[in-house]
Amino acid sequence: VNLLTRNMSGMAGPVASIIERKLTDMLKPSHLQIINESYMHSVPKNSETHFKVVVVSESFTDKKPLARHRLVNDVLKEELSSGVHALSINAFTPEQWDKGRQVDKSPNCMGGF
Amino acid sequence: RDVQKEIGDMVANNKVVVFMKGVPEAPRCGFSNAVVQILRMHDVTYDAHNVLEDEELRQGIKDFSSWPTIPQVYMEGEFIGGCDILLQMHQSGELVEELQKVGIRSALLGAEEDDKK
Repeated sequence: VNLLTRNMSGMAGPVASIIERKLTDMLKPSHLQIINESYMHSVPKNSETHFKVVVVSESFTDKKPLARHRLVNDVLKEELSSGVHALSINAFTPEQWDKGRQVDKSPNCMGGF
Repeated sequence: RDVQKEIGDMVANNKVVVFMKGVPEAPRCGFSNAVVQILRMHDVTYDAHNVLEDEELRQGIKDFSSWPTIPQVYMEGEFIGGCDILLQMHQSGELVEELQKVGIRSALLGAEEDDKK
């Protein structure tokens, strides 16, 4: 089941769509959520600079958190070296997700960019 | 200027090093602030570097760690992770253990003397 959380105007921006495609292709997630959090930061409206991703995939089995994050960073290497400025990653195995792991709330912006 | 060497020295010379936006007294980013607050809870002494003041350092640390975002936390020269990972480690209790491994006693362990009263 794939869920793509739309931004405030109901449309998924181009960067969000690319992120969804790449993570789906490379990690074959059983659950995927991509949240554009740019609105929480001091950037122009409709920016695609700050994202939170929730990825549930077998690819993360036996990998420590750092290794999981590196895996996601690698898939999104291009986006991270162009417009995407911050990426909050919640990476779970299907077992962890079924046990009800929580996704953390992202902290508030404090002005700097 | 050899930024990679500078960074190498920074992480080698201090037990806990944080590359962040702003300074611990005034973080300029919610994610950097989260790291500062977590380390404060454990009462960890650390070396902080403000990447907003140094563009070369800002890019340099991303190359050095092969990690695309700020903040970045190092312990005994080893890259630990960013805000998400530190938060996860804090919540699971793993951070107290990691600090113990580098010889730092987390404030969250409480004072031993209290138990003897």
